[in-house]
Amino acid sequence: MRLEPIANPTLTRRVLPPALAIAASFAVAAFLAMIAGGNPFQVFGLIISGAVGSKFAVLETLNRATPLIFTGLAISVAFRAKLWNIGAEAQLYMGAVVTVVLGTGALGLPGWLMLPVLAVLAVIAGGVLLLVPAVLKTRLGVDEVVTTLLFNFIFLLFVSYLLEGPLKDPLGMGWPKSARLVPEARLPRIVDGLRLHWGFGLALIAAVGIWVVDKFTTLGFEMRAVGQNAHAARFAGIPVNPVILKTALLSGGLAALAGFSEVAGLKGSLTLDLSPGYGYTGIVVAMLALLHPLGVVAAALFVAAIFVGADSMSRAAGVPTYLADIMLASALLLTVLAILITKFRVRRD
Amino acid sequence: MDIVEILFSASFWAAAIRIASPLIFATMGELICERAGVLNLGIEGIMVAGAFAGWIAVWAGLPLWGGVAIAMIAGMGFGALHGVLSVLFGLSQHVVGVGITLLATSLTFYTYRVALPEVSTPPKIEAFKVLEIPLLSDIPIIGQALFAQTPLTYLAFGLTGVLAWTLYRTPLGLAVRAVGESPASVAVQGLSVAAIRMGAVIFGSGLMAVGGAFLTMSAFDSFFFDMVNGRGWICIALVVFGAWRPGKALLGAILFAAFDAFQIRLQQTGIGVHVPYQIFLMMPYILSILALVLMSRRAEVPAALMVPFNKGER
Repeated sequence: MRLEPIANPTLTRRVLPPALAIAASFAVAAFLAMIAGGNPFQVFGLIISGAVGSKFAVLETLNRATPLIFTGLAISVAFRAKLWNIGAEAQLYMGAVVTVVLGTGALGLPGWLMLPVLAVLAVIAGGVLLLVPAVLKTRLGVDEVVTTLLFNFIFLLFVSYLLEGPLKDPLGMGWPKSARLVPEARLPRIVDGLRLHWGFGLALIAAVGIWVVDKFTTLGFEMRAVGQNAHAARFAGIPVNPVILKTALLSGGLAALAGFSEVAGLKGSLTLDLSPGYGYTGIVVAMLALLHPLGVVAAALFVAAIFVGADSMSRAAGVPTYLADIMLASALLLTVLAILITKFRVRRD
Repeated sequence: MDIVEILFSASFWAAAIRIASPLIFATMGELICERAGVLNLGIEGIMVAGAFAGWIAVWAGLPLWGGVAIAMIAGMGFGALHGVLSVLFGLSQHVVGVGITLLATSLTFYTYRVALPEVSTPPKIEAFKVLEIPLLSDIPIIGQALFAQTPLTYLAFGLTGVLAWTLYRTPLGLAVRAVGESPASVAVQGLSVAAIRMGAVIFGSGLMAVGGAFLTMSAFDSFFFDMVNGRGWICIALVVFGAWRPGKALLGAILFAAFDAFQIRLQQTGIGVHVPYQIFLMMPYILSILALVLMSRRAEVPAALMVPFNKGER
């Protein structure tokens, strides 16, 4: 078989394949739910009502979407420049560690200054953490996929050490858990009485900010040019390596904000289970959003809804919650295939 | 126990070879894929799937070698999916690989929960036993390390030899290496680049799954969720470290495993009391990154690695 580019794809051709891809991933999930002894209609009904069926459910979904918007943005910024950052998990924890180290009393700042300072320092630390693999890539040609992946394992062990050693809460009854943040370091709720913190607002602002950078600034243009064709970009006078390093700082910083917002907004302290793989799920979010910053918000809400819905479905119907992960993994694979089909015709010969 | 004593103990080298075995299978699997021009990041998930498939098959009543075959088939299934997406459709190998890892891992965990809904500890199976080779296993140190292992370990070493021979001494091996270096010239010869790459990815993925199955059927006798724990990613580093050559990659895996066995023993010495255990656990990952950095300057990357081939396109 052979792929042939289509000059002017029709509207049907551009819309139908991605829609079919999402439908097919639902079909896969329905089939698996049946194997587990569930009724697919009931299972999907429970997922939907669990995700958006009540005020509590909606707030839970928005809260769950917050870190995913940050990691999704981190991945989409990096992937656009073909910097394969699979280490958002480590960068997330870096942001959380900085927040906890400085926000539990070490930094005595007034309330209005505390949160911005913590956020900026978390961003810098997360960016620097990704800068190491990025420099290894630009200087020595070491593939960043493997290095960023391995960094996740190294950094999580480091966090585990911190929580059992220097950062351990003396009042934590022996649990590997950090002390609680001082009140000035907590992100306030958006509306009093509703369990939704300003981390969500910050995530939306970040998405719009990245969209602006992408669309209206030289850096945005350079990042896209490097991603599309590094040789051509270099030939056109774009400083490719510095652009990759700037992309790394931006991407790592965004992922670190996920950790900052989870600790300062939701949890108030750091434990080893702060992130159930938000760094990896960010890849799915970014791909479903076709790497578009505003699309990331929509994709993160979709993915968060599936996860929150699957949790409550699992409690009610007894179908394992891993159904959500399978659905998203198949959605990821089928969507990239669908996007290809919108642009190419498959010829047999 | 001091350091010299560790290095000269037979149990240390036996442990090193045992730890190396799953890495050898998976590294050879990845090596075949990459030699044919396909980076297979599905390795981590495929190892998880293989570990589970082999174990559950034996638990359900199949003989041990039947379990190995089931693991291999499961891995080949995911390899076929990877191949269709990355070879036939030429999609980004990074995205497809990460997707396969997510899919294989979540499918495995889902199946585990569906198959064993009410267990708190996973059931044990009767795992492969040590098969001492007469006479050879009596050689001091080396004998116990190399010739008192489970059959799967012998298979791992045998496989490496067969693989190296096939890759460098047969027309099939030449074809595999050629599609990884210059697919266009293979197509000119009238061979199908897609078919050769598909074959390499499917077979390689099967080997990765056997590597996973070693963990549940030979190293341990049960399945745990975090069993593979980054071994797949380490194998990708080992392929680079071994400069895409089976022999060097085998040595890399043994060296790496020796270091891993060493750090476990070091934790029990005087040093281990003063150094947090997390530092020891970090070592394999740090070592992998160091290996990548050291090899980066003289790595002989297959020229067409990660380059999709579309017939008729220049």
